[in-house]
Order: sequence, then C-alpha cells, then structure tokens
Amino acid sequence: MAKRSIVPFGPQHPVLPEPVHLDLVLEDETVVGAIPSIGFIHRGLEKLVEKKDFKQYVYIAERVCGICSCGHGMGYCESVERVMGIEIPRRAEYLRTIWVEMSRVHSHLLWLGLLADAMGFESLFMECWRLREKILDMFDRTTGGRIIFSVNCVGGVLKDMDGAMLRAIRETVDQMEQELEPIMTTFIKDYSVQLRLRGLGILSREQAILQGAVGPMLRGSGVEYDTRMLGYAAYGDLDMEPIVGTDGDAYARCEVRAREIVQSFNLIREAIDKIPQGPISVPVKGNPQGEYFMRIEQPRGEAIYYTKGNGTKFLDRFRLRTPTTSNIPPMVEMLKGCQLGDVPLLILTIDPCISCTER
Amino acid sequence: MGKISKSPWLLHYDASSCNGCDIEVLDCLTPKYDIERFGIINTGDPFQADILLITGGVNSQTEAVVRQLYGQMPEPKVVVAVGICACTGGVFKECYNIKGGVDTVIPVDVYVPGCAARPESIIDGVIRALAILDQKREQLKKKKAPGRA
Repeated sequence: MAKRSIVPFGPQHPVLPEPVHLDLVLEDETVVGAIPSIGFIHRGLEKLVEKKDFKQYVYIAERVCGICSCGHGMGYCESVERVMGIEIPRRAEYLRTIWVEMSRVHSHLLWLGLLADAMGFESLFMECWRLREKILDMFDRTTGGRIIFSVNCVGGVLKDMDGAMLRAIRETVDQMEQELEPIMTTFIKDYSVQLRLRGLGILSREQAILQGAVGPMLRGSGVEYDTRMLGYAAYGDLDMEPIVGTDGDAYARCEVRAREIVQSFNLIREAIDKIPQGPISVPVKGNPQGEYFMRIEQPRGEAIYYTKGNGTKFLDRFRLRTPTTSNIPPMVEMLKGCQLGDVPLLILTIDPCISCTER
Repeated sequence: MGKISKSPWLLHYDASSCNGCDIEVLDCLTPKYDIERFGIINTGDPFQADILLITGGVNSQTEAVVRQLYGQMPEPKVVVAVGICACTGGVFKECYNIKGGVDTVIPVDVYVPGCAARPESIIDGVIRALAILDQKREQLKKKKAPGRA
C-alpha cells in the first residue's frame, strides 16, 4: 500500500477567491479523504437580529453573500411577510422575480468564467465575464448598485421599473442570448472541455440524495428537483421545468448551469410580458409573531430561511441554511478517488460560496 | 498619475468579506476594466507580492492569516483595504466575531470605501497605492545607503 500523506489546501489559495481549508489525505497522487474546516469568514450575522430590528435586518440579510444578495434579501423578506401575514402586491413579486433571475444569470456566468479559468481556458473566462458586465450594467441602471442593490423591503420592493427600463432589460437579454450562443457551444460541445470535465467527480443519483446535495449539483445527478417549482414570488405564473443532467459528473453540472442561464432569460422575458400594473409595496404595521420556514432556489441551490418572531421589533431567531452548506458533504464524497490536480476544479463544480456557508 | 517604475504584483485576501468586493476585485481583471494594462498582475504568492488587497473586516480566524500574509511579503509593501468592511467593519461592526477594520491588525495605506466598492474606485485605490509604494522604496534606499558606504 502506498504511504499516506496529508496535504493542506487553503485558506489562502491562488484558485480560491474565498478562504476555505481542506486537509487532503493522499495515497500517492490519489485523494482518499478530505477533511474540510470552515469558519474563516464567520461573522455571526444570525445573532445580529438581536441588535437590528426586523426591517433593518434586510440590509444585513442582503450582505450574507455578495453574489446572491438579492435572493437572500428576498428570502428573508418573504419569510417575515409570511410570519406577519402580509400579502404583497403582485407587481412587487414580479419585480423581485426579475431581479432574482438576473442575479442567477450573473452568478452562473461568473461560475462558468471561474470554471474556464480553473481549466486554464483564459479567453473563455474573459468572454464570460465580459458578458456578465451587461447584467451588472442593467442592475446599475435599474437599482443604482452593481453587486449589492438593496431593493427588497418587508412589504414589497423599494424601486419600481418603468416601461423603458423593462424594454431595456428585454433588449439586453435578447442581445445576451445571442452572444451566449458561442460560449454555450464551447462549454457543451468543445472537445478539450469535454476531455477535461467528462467522468470527473461522479456523484451518483443515490449518493446525491443520500448526502443531501441541492441545486445544480442535485440536478446534474439526474434528480428533477427545483425549489422554484413551489411557485413562490411570481414563479407560480411562469412556465418552467427543472433542467436536469444525466451523468452526475463535472460536465453535467456545467451543462445544467449553462442551460439554466437560457432558462432564466426565458423567465425574465415571460415576467416582463406578464408584469401587472399597481403599487410596489404595502405599509407594514405591527411586529412579527410566530415562525416560518421559507424555501427558495438560489443560484447555488435551495436555501432555507427560518424566522421566529416574539411580538417585538427584534426577531427571536433567524436561521439560514445555505446551499453550499448542504453541498459540502457530497463534495467530500466526490473528492474521494480523484487526483490531487483535479481538486481545485472539483471544489469549484459545487459553486462554493463560503461567505454564505459561514455567515 | 506619473510613470510607474515597476509592474506591481497584487495579492488578494478575503478576510471576512461577503464576496461582493471580491468579485469586484476580480472584475478589475476582466475586459471592461482590465487592470493588467497598468502592468498589475494578481498573484497568489505573498513572497512575490507588492500590494496586499484585503476585503472584509478581520475576525478571530483570519487575524492570524492576515498577519502571516503581511509578514511574508517583502519590503516595500502597501496594504489596500477594499470596501467599507475592511475600512471600519461596516454593517458587520456589531457582530461578535468581527474585530473591526483591517487597520486593527496591520497598518493600512489606502482605504477604498463602498459597499460593494466599485471597480473604478478599486483601480483608483491601487493606483494611489503605487505612488505610496514608490515613496516607500525611496525611503528604503535612503535607509540602506549609509550602511553600504
């Protein structure tokens, strides 16, 4: 038997923008085990509900993670609204949906870029990030912020989009879809990309369910499950089906994410067509009393928001289970048996968001 | 901005940021902003870096890492705190695990505010850091000169 050795990986590592630490147990070049240790970005945000009231906390919730910021704001607001029994206007729900879907496009393009970079495909990385700038410009135009744009509030949204803005989003989406075409083709059909990704880090359907994978990770393993099917916000009115991969390898996860971008484009277009007129928020009276579990689909998978109110303006407890938290056990499973050189790429395929995970 | 005497290498570390500033730092490398036109390269190796770019406030876990990275960088070096959390602690100031801005642990030369800091302001901060880097190099030379003679 080969001699076992342990290689520390991270926290500051060239391929990882965020600090995460793994102890990799190796036999020669093959990984036989991985012990993750997290906590480098732990700030203690959940505890902050005791210091900020439930309306102020929206801004903290949005800063749980910079990439899916809008989604976290929406998840928190929806959970508080359900506790308080507030019915928000349909237009606000549509606006939230449009912004969240735009966030998904930006998050997936960012991930595809990072994947290309991890493969050593520098020009593809640049292409993805160039395309992503268009979405950021639209955020800038509609909300005034590029990354963190506080548009959600308890009871609706803070900013409205007029007809010209909605048309501009539609045009951008149409244009982006055309420009995405060659990038998609490269990711899905290119010979060298397939050679790099096919058969790498296979997670079987059974293992994916057993280990509790969520999001594109779960769908890549062939499980047809998307939290958006629950029909929160405006998703109930929109036409969508989960995008499912077959092989459960790195390629399948890449394909699922690439095709989800097009799906998001379609959802944005449909939402723009169907958006009703009306107010964008309702006044909020009283304080939350009771508890609620809210589930929403973030770009990385299912996120759970638990809110417990005690009748004062400070919440008793806010709990957030983020997609990366549930994707770490399947990642550890998947790392077993791979080569040391593939580890950075495989960690990337779960689309880790350490900031969400540790809060 | 005058002539840059050297192509500076940049080390980025996420102390406890929400990712927002990190992706904006990465954004600086991409076609729209393209920081490489100033000769700046993002490196992962502290031993070869001139500029340390830190995002996010410092917490108890990352404190040691930040100190270590700073210690491993050769003189002269400059530190740029990107984003309001790195400057003062920002919205996370009241969190139990946040010590405050980066300057509570290591000396900071340039502060770039914003939540998230926009790529334009990050680039501006780095360019200002370059001027400070040149100054520090001059000082270092003056200090060394008597010893050599």
